[in-house]
Amino acid sequence: MPKSVISIGPYHPLQEEPEHFQLTVEGEKVVDIEVSVGYNHRGIEKLSERRSFDQATFVIERICGICSTSHPFAYTQAVEDIIPVEVPERAKYIRTIIAEGERIHSHLLWFGLAGHFLGYNTVYMWMWRLREEILDVMEILSGNRQNYAMFKPGGVRRDIKPEDIPLAIKKIDSILPTVDRLKKAILDDPVLHARLKGIGTLTKEEAIAYCALGPTSRASGVARDVRKDAPYGAYDRLDWNMIVTANGDVWDKAVVRLLELYESIKIMKHCLLNLPGGEIDLNLKSIPPGEGIGAHEAPRGETFHYVRSDGTNRPARHKVRAPTFMNLPTLKATVPGSSIADAAIILAAIDPCYCCTERMAVRSADGRKLYSGEELLRLSREKTSRIQKELGKR
Amino acid sequence: MTREEVLSEIQSRFGDVILDFFDKSAKRVYIELQPRALVPVARHLFAELGARFHIASGMDSRTHLEVLYHFSVEALNLLVSLRVKLDKNDPRVDSLASTIKAAAWIEREMHELLGIQFSGNQDLRRLLLSEEWPAGVYPLRRDYREWDPGAVRDRGV
Amino acid sequence: MSVTMRALLKSPWVFHLSTGSCNNCDIEVLDCLTPRYDIERFGMRLAASIRHADVLLVTGSCNRKSMIRVKRIYEEQVPKPCVVVAIGECAMSRGMFIHSYNCPQPLDRIIPVNVYIPGCPPKPEAIIAGVVKLINKVKASL
Repeated sequence: MPKSVISIGPYHPLQEEPEHFQLTVEGEKVVDIEVSVGYNHRGIEKLSERRSFDQATFVIERICGICSTSHPFAYTQAVEDIIPVEVPERAKYIRTIIAEGERIHSHLLWFGLAGHFLGYNTVYMWMWRLREEILDVMEILSGNRQNYAMFKPGGVRRDIKPEDIPLAIKKIDSILPTVDRLKKAILDDPVLHARLKGIGTLTKEEAIAYCALGPTSRASGVARDVRKDAPYGAYDRLDWNMIVTANGDVWDKAVVRLLELYESIKIMKHCLLNLPGGEIDLNLKSIPPGEGIGAHEAPRGETFHYVRSDGTNRPARHKVRAPTFMNLPTLKATVPGSSIADAAIILAAIDPCYCCTERMAVRSADGRKLYSGEELLRLSREKTSRIQKELGKR
Repeated sequence: MTREEVLSEIQSRFGDVILDFFDKSAKRVYIELQPRALVPVARHLFAELGARFHIASGMDSRTHLEVLYHFSVEALNLLVSLRVKLDKNDPRVDSLASTIKAAAWIEREMHELLGIQFSGNQDLRRLLLSEEWPAGVYPLRRDYREWDPGAVRDRGV
Repeated sequence: MSVTMRALLKSPWVFHLSTGSCNNCDIEVLDCLTPRYDIERFGMRLAASIRHADVLLVTGSCNRKSMIRVKRIYEEQVPKPCVVVAIGECAMSRGMFIHSYNCPQPLDRIIPVNVYIPGCPPKPEAIIAGVVKLINKVKASL
């Protein structure tokens, strides 16, 4: 059967970020995928070198919008690791609260987009509406819906006021009934079982070989989570569960994110209710020469920062590695062999935060058959409809 | 294995190629190696110890280029960073991509941003930079200067 | 031209284009479509294809790879008249990425921009206010 090439991107209306996926297909089946990035490369590592250690935090926050806490969290830990020094307890709790709030909003965002990809538009609207509650909580605690600017080397920039905590708890509690409904809707829906189980499977061996991260690897049975393996913040101050499943398909990746929502809510509430007193900032005056490494479990996986100091007030080198950088190559293992209708959801299942990586560009070769992003979505939704009909749901 | 056992095994097996062994703290060890020893030591960490490969970070250290390869022995909460120092005029090191699949992309990135040659890696295509970017111009090097006459940099600090 | 503009103003189709952004502005734009902000009240719909766009919402600091494509997309695929809205600091002037080796030019040197909505990211209220201001301004000029 003749092969043709389908390009997705770079301006696919659903995936906000420009990226390039080039699928080689034979008939309905994908036989190869080529991922190219570079559409979001802004040279942030070089920009860090012209800023002071403290100023750099503001640039680093804007590496990624969805996980805008995870990069400062890892960066500040890297700078503190140079000395090394531990931040005050209260700062650790505040950092954890902000980080888990971000995880909640990020996973809800993913469920919305996944629903949209599959043709469950109500889920899309519901999840994004629910996200607004969490963004309200973040605005109450930090002053902003996104880009919280809470982190600095040595602690946190602003304190959480005790009078804000009851309202924050109330808002967090208000999302639980809807999350419960989402859980039931997902776990009990035979259409979703048929649609997502066995799709885009990443085996445990592949997850280890590619050094996959976050829910992408935990869904494949690889029990790795920086919050457990190398505890930081307040993560070892309470009991919570690392969610690991065994099959590695899109279904499992969704279930891992869903159950992580509950754990994040638990951690966030615990930290808000048990916030210790004390200082929030070490007031570091200078960073000695040396090197440090910081890591944080972002919603997508481990964010890794390496910082070298030469004794001046600026980083001599700042290496940023976002989780999607390690997860995108796994597409080479999960997409080939699937059908075109499934390609979109398999791509979305690794929760690519392109801005963190350097997004890929898809180059459409002239004279090759091109599916627009709209058509690819249509194929995905048609498959869902087909399954709904088969199972007598329509 | 305990932390001490892991570290003493590395030192005894690879002692002749270790140029510096910095046991910084309970969680951080930095080992400088002769570049030719990178792949065997990395293989020991990744394949034998089951350590996770985080990423590699290349850097222009003024007098030389250096690359750090970061591995975590998760059960011990121990991060081992392998350092190789390369000659600025001909920076080359053996590719790790055939041993560790996860290293493929970062080698492409270091190749285009720093100009490091990874011997044995057949796929060092551009990853991030556009086609118009001139060859031989490495943005992460300290001597990088603006090459684009059309660039607008008239504002800001 | 005025007939087309009137049609444009009644129910503008917006297409969202990211030229290399951190995604914050993009998420806030998508937030405008969700129930709390609901830009559909103003008749705005998200266009599936750029060929149907009346309003182009552009985010991002236009890095080198995106620049080439943005220029081509604007010239070849976007039907004129089309109003370009630069959302966020990056689209306005590149913001803190002004010294980035990979972001040589601000968006308004590459394609003409009609509206600038500042913020990092601008809140959905700001985005809606900006687009409504634009619509009113165009209406007043007809």
